[in-house]
Order: sequence, then C-alpha cells, then structure tokens
Amino acid sequence: MREVTASGQTVEEAVQSALEQLNTTRDQAEIEVIDEGKKGLLGVFGTKQAVVKAVKISSPVEKTATFLEDVVKKMNVEAMVKTTVTDNHVTYELSGENIAILIGKRGQTLNALQYIVHLALNKNQDQFYSVTVDAEGYRQRRKETLESLAVKMAEKAETLNKKVALEPMPAFERKIIHNALQQKAVKTYSAGDEPHRHIVIQPS
Amino acid sequence: MKALIESIVTSLVDHPDDIVVTETEEEAKIVYHLTVNPEDVGKVIGKNGRIAKAIRTVVYAAKADGNKRIYLDIM
Repeated sequence: MREVTASGQTVEEAVQSALEQLNTTRDQAEIEVIDEGKKGLLGVFGTKQAVVKAVKISSPVEKTATFLEDVVKKMNVEAMVKTTVTDNHVTYELSGENIAILIGKRGQTLNALQYIVHLALNKNQDQFYSVTVDAEGYRQRRKETLESLAVKMAEKAETLNKKVALEPMPAFERKIIHNALQQKAVKTYSAGDEPHRHIVIQPS
Repeated sequence: MKALIESIVTSLVDHPDDIVVTETEEEAKIVYHLTVNPEDVGKVIGKNGRIAKAIRTVVYAAKADGNKRIYLDIM
C-alpha cells in the first residue's frame, strides 16, 4: 500500500495534490485530514497550509501482482509482471531473463506458481477469479505443441485401432486436447485421479 | 530462500504471524522446516498435498547459491 502526505492552500487543493502524486482517483484512495489549515489575517499573516494524508487502496488483483513479483524476485529471477483482467479472468504475464527457471520442465514450475497465485488471489474474497500465469508466451507455445501431439496421437490410435493414453496433465491442458480432437473421428476422455489424471484417445 | 518460503506461505494462511521457518544444514542438503498455526495446516498442505507440492516445486526451482539439495519439511 502506498501513501503520501500533501499540503495545499485549502483541504481540497491538498487532496488534489495527494491524488496526483499517487496517480489515482478519489474513490480509490482513503483520505485523512491532518490539518485543515488557516486562512490567516488578510490571507497574509498567520496562514497555515492544509495537510492531508492519502492512502492508495489497492485491489486484490494488484496486491496479488505485487505478491507474484515478490516471489519471483526471491527466486533470484529478474522479471516483470504484466496484469490483464478480462471479466473474472486474470492473466499475469512474466517477462525477463532466465524465464526458463520459472517455467520448469513441461511448465511444472509455472503451473505451481499459477496454483499458488490462484489461491492467494481468491483467499477471503467474495469475487472469484480464474488465473493464468504466463511467461514469455509459454502458454501459447504449449497449446500448439499439445494440439500437434493430439493430432499425432489420434492418428496412432486409429492406425493401431487401440486406445492411446497420454501422460498426466493438468485440467486446462487436457481441455486443449479435448478441444483439438472434437472434430476428429476419435473419442477422448480423461481417466485416473488428480494429479495423475490423463487423456485416453479411443478410435471410434 | 527462507524469505521465499515465508512470502509464499504468508499469502496462503490466516495467521501469518505464526509462521516459523527454520533452516538446518546437513551434509548433502539444506532442510527448511516450516510450521504454521494449527488452523492453517490445511491451507499449506491442501487436498492430497496439492498445495504442499506446489510450494515445493516453486522452492526447489529457486536454486540457492550453493550446490546443496534443498528439502522442505512441512510441520
């Protein structure tokens, strides 16, 4: 949370100056008047400036972005966090050097981060957000890889006329495979329990 | 490393003041022992240890300066 103390000729001026410094609007800040100021004699003698304290109220989404930045920094990785909110979905995009450390093997570190960020954001909150943590376009690249894997495995299932089981994947990755094979002449379903739940492709 | 564990756990629990992380250096590994308020145990372990697993994944990814293995002990 950031706060500033500002002064001005009147309380109103002091507030305006504080809000400018915080780069925010009045409804997103908490304002406390420390000194109302004095006009003084003829506006010359004994004037006292009005002083206010303003605290910027940050939203849970912003707080979580700060949290993610902090965690990444403590992992000894230099990265920036870009936040995008669409309806109830929040995307935190990481960019910087050594980003591979944050992705991990098959995105396992990125998925773990995403899960922790999801928990932190939705803790004690009325509004529920779904969360994606992305790094240097990893999610899109992974999507393309999974789609081509899906097509290849579907062909395999058809030629062998046998069920083909894929390796375990998190729910959002399985969804990509299900979607990719919807128009194909194969059936897909998930088997096993989390965290070993995996896709099975069945020739029809 | 200790700071990393503390930041992650702080964001998950209801009683951040009760988080204790101790560091023990052994021959081949460094063991971090984490304890939280009894009410928060479920929040750091999760269903089938899902949260504990996620915390470990992140912590192990953040290789410390030394070459020693890192081990995170919860409770």
